[in-house]
Amino acid sequence: MIELEGLTKRYGTKIAVDHLSFQVRPGVVTGFLGPNGAGKSTTMRMMLDLDNPTSGTVRIDGKHYRELQEPLKYIGALLDAKAMHGGRSAYNNLLCLAQSNRIPASRVGEVLDLVGLTPVARKKSKGFSLGMGQRLGIASALLGDPEILMFDEPVNGLDPEGIHWIRNLMKALAGEGRTIFVSSHLMSEMALTADHLIVIGQGKLLADTSMADFIQQNSRSYVRLRSPEQERLRDVLHANGFIAIESGNGTLEVDGATTEKLGELAGANQIVLHELSSQRASLEEAFMQMTAGAVEYHAHGTDVHGAAPAPGPRWGSISEGD
Amino acid sequence: MAAVSAVLQSEWTKIRTVSSTVWTLASALIVTVGVGAALSAVFNSTFDDLSTAEKLTFDPTLVSFFGMTLGQLAMVVFGVLVVGTEYSSGMIRTSLAAVPQRATFLFSKIAVAGGLALLVGVVTSFLSFFLGQALLGEHRASIGDENVLRAVFGGGLYMGLIAIFSMGVAAMLRSSMLSLGILMPFFFLVSQILAAVPKAKEVAKYFPDQAGSKIMQVVPDALNTEKAPYGPWGGLGIMLLWVAAALIGGYLVLKKRDA
Repeated sequence: MIELEGLTKRYGTKIAVDHLSFQVRPGVVTGFLGPNGAGKSTTMRMMLDLDNPTSGTVRIDGKHYRELQEPLKYIGALLDAKAMHGGRSAYNNLLCLAQSNRIPASRVGEVLDLVGLTPVARKKSKGFSLGMGQRLGIASALLGDPEILMFDEPVNGLDPEGIHWIRNLMKALAGEGRTIFVSSHLMSEMALTADHLIVIGQGKLLADTSMADFIQQNSRSYVRLRSPEQERLRDVLHANGFIAIESGNGTLEVDGATTEKLGELAGANQIVLHELSSQRASLEEAFMQMTAGAVEYHAHGTDVHGAAPAPGPRWGSISEGD
Repeated sequence: MAAVSAVLQSEWTKIRTVSSTVWTLASALIVTVGVGAALSAVFNSTFDDLSTAEKLTFDPTLVSFFGMTLGQLAMVVFGVLVVGTEYSSGMIRTSLAAVPQRATFLFSKIAVAGGLALLVGVVTSFLSFFLGQALLGEHRASIGDENVLRAVFGGGLYMGLIAIFSMGVAAMLRSSMLSLGILMPFFFLVSQILAAVPKAKEVAKYFPDQAGSKIMQVVPDALNTEKAPYGPWGGLGIMLLWVAAALIGGYLVLKKRDA
């Protein structure tokens, strides 16, 4: 169990993390979601006592991080993949971490095996690809067999097989009753792995909810209609008690209706339809709506609200800069 | 609290598993002994050309340590890299997540690396002395002569302390490049030049290298050099104050700043 209370980080006049309070509970995967620059990495660094909060506290099983005896046995973290000495072999990088927390050296071989790096255990880590570096970082997080695991953007730089592997690993670890806290800036990734969701934007807490509730509340379903006789179609819809909203490009959107019902209505009134389709807003859209006001770096000239991102596997190509 | 013995063991593994440890310490030894030997041979063959004042204050022990002017730079590199690579590699975050107690982390690292630097320094100093004296022929000193053992052992302490001072500076500056960019020219040029300039030398006397190197002189004001307001141990004491200040500064930076 991790508890954050009023956690705040201020750099000069800029607030990176703004009175953040939430709990990370054991036995589930908690997703930590927010756009780039929302303060996710800063929050995670403060959770590990690497950065000093301006105010507020973080408690891990009721203790401050600095009070933990041999912290790797309580909490393992992957922050950035390259946080190892490149001139040292993968094995030796893990060995010095293990020794500092009195973890037996045999455990180093075990975790290297678990992440699939045994064949390169004696190679210098500076030759590692991003994906291999990520696996080494995960190995270091698992070293102390900790009850709590924190991963900052773990799928970054991984190939599809690696992404699949890390998802299953997180689910398996949560299944063993461990606390899993994983950050991402991609809703699609969270939807596949997280049971609970914490959303932040510009350092502020925007949502703290179960994944199921988030999906139910945020995925609107509607019917989309397009007709050369748009005005008449709208009048007919209104006359029958449906509220049609114009959504540009000559299309109308109707909430709370079925395609059958609206198709029959148009047919009965002899209105030609060019499109009649059932739509479901993606979680990605819901996330963007939620954080729209809190995105730090807008791309100029593009409409962030209206343009739904292209579906499909985009992760790995997008990396967070903070 | 993480057990100190465990952290010491971890820091020893860090040091012995990077190649820079071997090449920096080996350079320090080879350069110091080699240059010291060469200059000893030169002094032996040109002894008659020295002025009377220089002949009267000739210090064969000090001459055999002349290689340290260059050799200490390798010690600076060793000290800077031991601390600085934690920052340049990003390892510092992983290290502090494993050992969050800043004092335990930093001082264990410095104890291990500093201990190794002192050991290599003492070995270097004794090798320089014996090889240098062998090449000084009839002008040689003996290890049994008065104050010679103090000077030879002191030379080892000097080299080790230069490395430890560099560790403190690297902890303050949190960057290998920046630390080397300041320390290398300082020890190789600035300090030596200022020590020869009137007025400035009154201040330069208290620089860590100028003060600390006094311990290596057997003959006071050896080779007709400037008179210092402190003795050999006083000089080493001044150097120790510099080292302590650098370590305290490094610790405060590590404690206060975000990793």
